[in-house]
Amino acid sequence: MSEATFDHTGSRAAPDARQAEHDRLPASGRSASAMRARERARNPRFKAKALIPILYILFLLLPIYWLVNMSFKTNQEILSGFSLIPAEPTLRNYQVIFGDPSWYMGYVNSIIYVVLNMVISVSVALPAAYAFSRYRFLGDKHLFFWLLTNRMAPPAVFALPFFQLYSAFGLIDTHIAVALAHCLFNVPLAVWILEGFMSGVPKEIDETAYIDGYSFPKFFFKIFMPLIASGIGVAAFFCFMFSWVELLIARTLTVTEAKPIAAIMTRTVSASGLDWGVLAAAGALTIVPGAIVIWFVRNYIAKGFALGRV
Amino acid sequence: MLELEGVNRTVGGERHIVDVSLKLERGSVNVLLGPTLAGKTSLMRLMAGLDEPTSGKIVMDGRDVTGVPVRKRNVAMVYQQFINYPTLSVFENIASPLRLQKQPKSVIEDKVKKAAELMKLSGFLDRTPLELSGGQQQRTALARALVKGAELVLLDEPLANLDYKLREELREELPKIFAETGAIFVYATTEPHEALLLGGRTATLSQGRVTQFGETPDVYRRPKDLLTARTFSDPPLNVLKVEKRGLSFHGAHGVHFAAAPRHRELADGRYLAGIRPHHLERGRAEGEDETRAVIEGRIALSEVTGSETFIHADHGHGPGGETAASPATIRDEEGVNRIIALVHGVHRVETGEPVRLAFDPNHVLLFTETGMAADRSAGTAAPIAA
Repeated sequence: MSEATFDHTGSRAAPDARQAEHDRLPASGRSASAMRARERARNPRFKAKALIPILYILFLLLPIYWLVNMSFKTNQEILSGFSLIPAEPTLRNYQVIFGDPSWYMGYVNSIIYVVLNMVISVSVALPAAYAFSRYRFLGDKHLFFWLLTNRMAPPAVFALPFFQLYSAFGLIDTHIAVALAHCLFNVPLAVWILEGFMSGVPKEIDETAYIDGYSFPKFFFKIFMPLIASGIGVAAFFCFMFSWVELLIARTLTVTEAKPIAAIMTRTVSASGLDWGVLAAAGALTIVPGAIVIWFVRNYIAKGFALGRV
Repeated sequence: MLELEGVNRTVGGERHIVDVSLKLERGSVNVLLGPTLAGKTSLMRLMAGLDEPTSGKIVMDGRDVTGVPVRKRNVAMVYQQFINYPTLSVFENIASPLRLQKQPKSVIEDKVKKAAELMKLSGFLDRTPLELSGGQQQRTALARALVKGAELVLLDEPLANLDYKLREELREELPKIFAETGAIFVYATTEPHEALLLGGRTATLSQGRVTQFGETPDVYRRPKDLLTARTFSDPPLNVLKVEKRGLSFHGAHGVHFAAAPRHRELADGRYLAGIRPHHLERGRAEGEDETRAVIEGRIALSEVTGSETFIHADHGHGPGGETAASPATIRDEEGVNRIIALVHGVHRVETGEPVRLAFDPNHVLLFTETGMAADRSAGTAAPIAA
């Protein structure tokens, strides 16, 4: 069917906006394809290509949705059948967690050793990264690479020696024990990230500061650290990310006083079966701190993944 | 007074600074002139105390400051790159050396305002350096160097990254501004005409060595050796091999010119003749001016830069290349010689066209075959034409 026949049959019967525009247009713009192109521009139609990322994101979000969904259900409903939305929404699961110190102290313990670890890792990594970025010394490149190899060993390898070592020093079941143990993995990463950010600052700024009369500490804190603030944020975030999700070492080194939340979640298994709802609520809550921290460094994460070398 | 005595600096087996001895007076303008990698920045870093010399002494007002860290010296330095503290405002940037000197607030405010006015930054004091244009950023750095009241002010190609107009403006003002502070003013540049405009004294550098140090016009007019002459010439110096026979010089491909009065006493033999590009003119008809020497060649390239034209000519392709006057020894080894002339006015010439370039033998710089000036004793009449 050509445009002309359409005109003859439909012009009187359908005096709609499309027809009105058709009449206003010069002859050259009246072809069928031109009309279609204009239609598309005015009313953006769904493109098939967009389906791929949408499906992918849905696929990624599904387990998280399922977790949150479950946390608002009763155990009975969870076990009885399939439902996308809780039939009888309940806050009981969250009440269990927030009402019982042995539950919520798990979060407190985790946060304490994670923050301790972040502070130790970054403050140790700052001078190290400065040395690697500003000075040349014997074996500097090898040492720098060797640092990263520490991250290549699985944490399980270190669980036993750590347990033995910390027992000897009476550090078992303390927050600092876990924080120190995680430093083995986080300090190298923080050094690499910070070195990348520091190397982006021209050395002449250091020299100008010395010429102006800054002492090294004053220069470092007043001039240099503000310059790499985003790098410090990203390094802290990566430390957080590792320490927060690491389970094996944290569990090995703690008994009750500094037990991380992930270890406490195993309490939901009892003789009477698994408390699905509470487990889901606890899981949903562990996502929250990570989401908050990510919010603060969202603009720099890509650079962080490239170890500050973009 | 800053004295460098036999200063050397070797980094990883590479000799960056070789046996440099200089005396810089208070309140003087000193230019370090040399191509990139000649050691200008290395020398400045030694003067500032950012680096330590491998051997030699650095003496400031009679006090040995070799090895004294930069923090404890009273110096100011401005880099070619625009270096400021990005997180501080322009005001704080300029005020930073004063704050560290623990000066009272009112004094700081006063001095910063004054320096900002001189550097035309008054309206930008609340901004951060990254919100400024390149020229303003560099002026911030210069203002910081100015307020400090340092005894030694080191400027390392401070204007190289600025646009033309700003460069002209600042080049004129900078020496005046800093001269008022009574500091030793050291200015590194790659451009010979910048050195001439700044005046004062010039040290020419080549491969880590100071080839000559003296009054700028003197160094320009009477270079001690070929290296200095080459360093102090832009576009590059034309060098011809010539042979002196009696009262005239003979070069390859028919070049010959009468010896200038100051060259007449020289012994016969082979020399190198340096001719500055702007001393060459396009010759007209042959034999028009008997006192002027002529180089014949073919145009290889010509560049018009506004009111001047660069003519690159290949000498040796020209007509009459084989003349009885050219000595056999030189003609044999001499191939095609590229001659560069800087001539006034716009010259539209075709590539390959024959060209006659004329020069006054009085302007010729004469060197021995080892590159030492042949006429050190006699002054030349050559005027400075930048």
